[in-house]
Amino acid sequence: MKSKFRNLMLSVFGLVVMASCEFDDFKEPGSIFEGRIVYQGQPIGIAYNEVEFQLWESGWEQEIPITVTVSQEGGFSTVLFDAEYRLVIPSHQGPFITLQNQETNSDTILVSLNGNRTLDIEVLPYYMISNPQFNASGNDVNASFGLDRIITGADQRNVERVNLYISKTYFVDAKTSISSVELGGGDITDLSDIDLSTGIPEMTPDQSYVYARVGVKIDGVEDMMFSPIQRIDI
Amino acid sequence: MKNSLLIMILLLLFLGVACNDDEFLNKDPRNILLDKQVWESEGLVLAVLADLYGRYPDYQTIENWSEFTNFDEAFASSFGSYGRHHNQDWSYFDWGYWDYGFIREINLFISKGEEAVRLSEDVRERFLAEARFLRAAVYFEMVKRMGGVPLILESLTYDYSGDPSYLQYPRVKEHEIYDFVISEMQAIKDILPDDPSVKARATKGAALAMTMRAALYAGSIAKYGATTPDVSLPGGEVGIPATMAADYYQTVLDAFSEMSGYALYDRNPDPGDNFANLFLDKNNNPEVIFVEDFKLQSGKTHGFTISNQPRYQSEEQEGGRINPSLNLVQSFELLDNTFAPLPIRTTDDLDYLYYDEPTDLFENRDPRLRGTVLLPGTRFKETDVEIWAGYLLSDNTVITGDQFGAKASLPGVEEEVQVVGFSGPIDNLEFSAQTGFYIRKYLDPTPGSGQRGVQSEVWWVRYRYGEVLLNAAEAAFELRMADIAAGYMNQVRSRAGMPTGLTPGEITFDRIVHERKVELAFEGHQLWDMKRWRLAHIVWDGSSEPLTNDPGNAMEPSTRPFGLWPYKIHAPGESNHGKWVFKEVLPSQVTNPDRFRLGNYYSGIGDDLLNRNPKLVRNPNH
Repeated sequence: MKSKFRNLMLSVFGLVVMASCEFDDFKEPGSIFEGRIVYQGQPIGIAYNEVEFQLWESGWEQEIPITVTVSQEGGFSTVLFDAEYRLVIPSHQGPFITLQNQETNSDTILVSLNGNRTLDIEVLPYYMISNPQFNASGNDVNASFGLDRIITGADQRNVERVNLYISKTYFVDAKTSISSVELGGGDITDLSDIDLSTGIPEMTPDQSYVYARVGVKIDGVEDMMFSPIQRIDI
Repeated sequence: MKNSLLIMILLLLFLGVACNDDEFLNKDPRNILLDKQVWESEGLVLAVLADLYGRYPDYQTIENWSEFTNFDEAFASSFGSYGRHHNQDWSYFDWGYWDYGFIREINLFISKGEEAVRLSEDVRERFLAEARFLRAAVYFEMVKRMGGVPLILESLTYDYSGDPSYLQYPRVKEHEIYDFVISEMQAIKDILPDDPSVKARATKGAALAMTMRAALYAGSIAKYGATTPDVSLPGGEVGIPATMAADYYQTVLDAFSEMSGYALYDRNPDPGDNFANLFLDKNNNPEVIFVEDFKLQSGKTHGFTISNQPRYQSEEQEGGRINPSLNLVQSFELLDNTFAPLPIRTTDDLDYLYYDEPTDLFENRDPRLRGTVLLPGTRFKETDVEIWAGYLLSDNTVITGDQFGAKASLPGVEEEVQVVGFSGPIDNLEFSAQTGFYIRKYLDPTPGSGQRGVQSEVWWVRYRYGEVLLNAAEAAFELRMADIAAGYMNQVRSRAGMPTGLTPGEITFDRIVHERKVELAFEGHQLWDMKRWRLAHIVWDGSSEPLTNDPGNAMEPSTRPFGLWPYKIHAPGESNHGKWVFKEVLPSQVTNPDRFRLGNYYSGIGDDLLNRNPKLVRNPNH
């Protein structure tokens, strides 16, 4: 008798639990908003966890932005509720400046989300890295590349330094590099032909490849800009 | 019938009793004191003021010591704190401070004090001056962290009209807050007692010391802020015009010239012990200006020694949480005023350098090193600190253990012997000296200080004469009075036990930075100094650079706390048997370098505050 009653209570309890699931919960966000930060269709490489932008949605009691972090290859991806968002890249973020948006007459971009959406955000970088070449010779990694000045005139900025980083993993920047070499901006004789070379240190456990890329630090700009990542077999 | 009559009569009686509204509704409460009661008794006002003193804002303190491990001064040897070395960067909201609840209470205290008539005039004046001292200290703390903030000098009350906009104040310019602090100190310094024996309450000395620190910060933000033009706001809420720098530096020197009655602490023949005792000696200490005091068996004690005592002799099953880094240790210069990394390898880097005693490595270094850091081979509370990492055989094999004082067998020795110190270092074992060092500053040698039931009464020194001298030296240097700067700095250095003074020509910016780094390590200055010199983003630049070989250079990156482990050589029959060698290590919990972003220079203002007060502007780079 007692156990029958308990079973009954349990099943009633179970029913209540299941029943209440549907009623008072919000549906989870379901629309994927993804894309890249690009210049003329070419993604801009950065270091991971360094560049982010904000999505603002009006109509709530408080205005608090959703921040979206850009990956080291310039891509982003986020899952959101369908809504009208205003996309803002804060002025200090990234090795680039934002473009005027015709719709808003500012650098704010209106993003109307209704289902999945892909959007490449066009920006104006200070420099672009052209034709990066990497190769391994002996115990060294060599890189050669050029820098194209994109922003000229009043807003133009000089190169503070360029670096070649090599890393054990696919994450390649100052934080994760196992070896790097630096060339000051004043020591660059020809922006269109820069050569850097650094040794590969001992790795534990040993591995027969490294990842490399070159980066450029621009005067007064916090975030560095990078070439695509290259795997190098040694 | 009879009953209802009775009830009627009773009811009438009750009504009759309750009629005297005034008396019945205006009884004084028995559980709290009213303003008018408080403000007629000096003792009660002092109790209220003591509560305000108790809420004095600090960042890193003797109680909040775990924050000392946030940067490159120390490694945190405790599980709960390893995250400090896993993070890549600090949040924009780190070390933020926005406490208008406290400001309101001080403002209320001041307005009530101004109306109080039952206290004698000089007592009341002193209380008011102390409250203004505290209010200025709170604004100073806010401007250090947030830049210019709303300057509110009276308590605000909402009128329930539905329109709160009259309560919304905009941020003032950054320099206006510094000017406020300086002018408040100017106004109250002669009301406060000019008595160096008063340490835990505001005095003229404390007011002058705060003037100097505030003016120095403002001056250096004006001067060095020019190097980071991105860290500023068009309205001046962040950033001070470079033209104002000289006036602020002059203010520092003016305030210093009024300072009297204090001297550097010099009571111990050994300069290292003397430097450690400077923080422990409460007997009319001539150097200490303003403190938060603690007292045994009073309820106000702290557990700094419990948490940071050497693990070996610990009076509880814990300790050793702050491990000073090799970065800091090697910054202490040689006695001939030069800088060098610790010599652990031969110049051709083929072999170790061998030492008879582990302390020999640190010979000829600034004695403040011994006063700040417990080195391997030294003693605390009359007991060896027991820091050694293991035995090194002649074929370079290491024999060590993975628990405190572990035993193992050595080749050629019959019985098992101890192969690692009772305080470590053992990588990844909390409370062990994972960098090879423990902290000595503030560590209380009194018996029982390491027990939870007793704790420690070492005070937290907020202002001391050593810092005052360095502030004056820096201001003089910036005003191109190098000879005066050298004079002030040499006072501090000769007390520290440095035999030769610096010449005026040797006083450089790097020297100033270095002197504050070693003299004021673990005193809560590092972050603010690095910020005001705009060095933080250069030194904590997020790169995984090896330890610098140039510790005297203020701009060298230092993003990860390194360690130095002593090993004993076991090679019976060879000349090096029983000698000591050292290895540089990086604790395995240090997985990421620190990166100070431009947005960290001024902490973020919360979105809730920005939403409630639309007149507030965001800090730059947020």
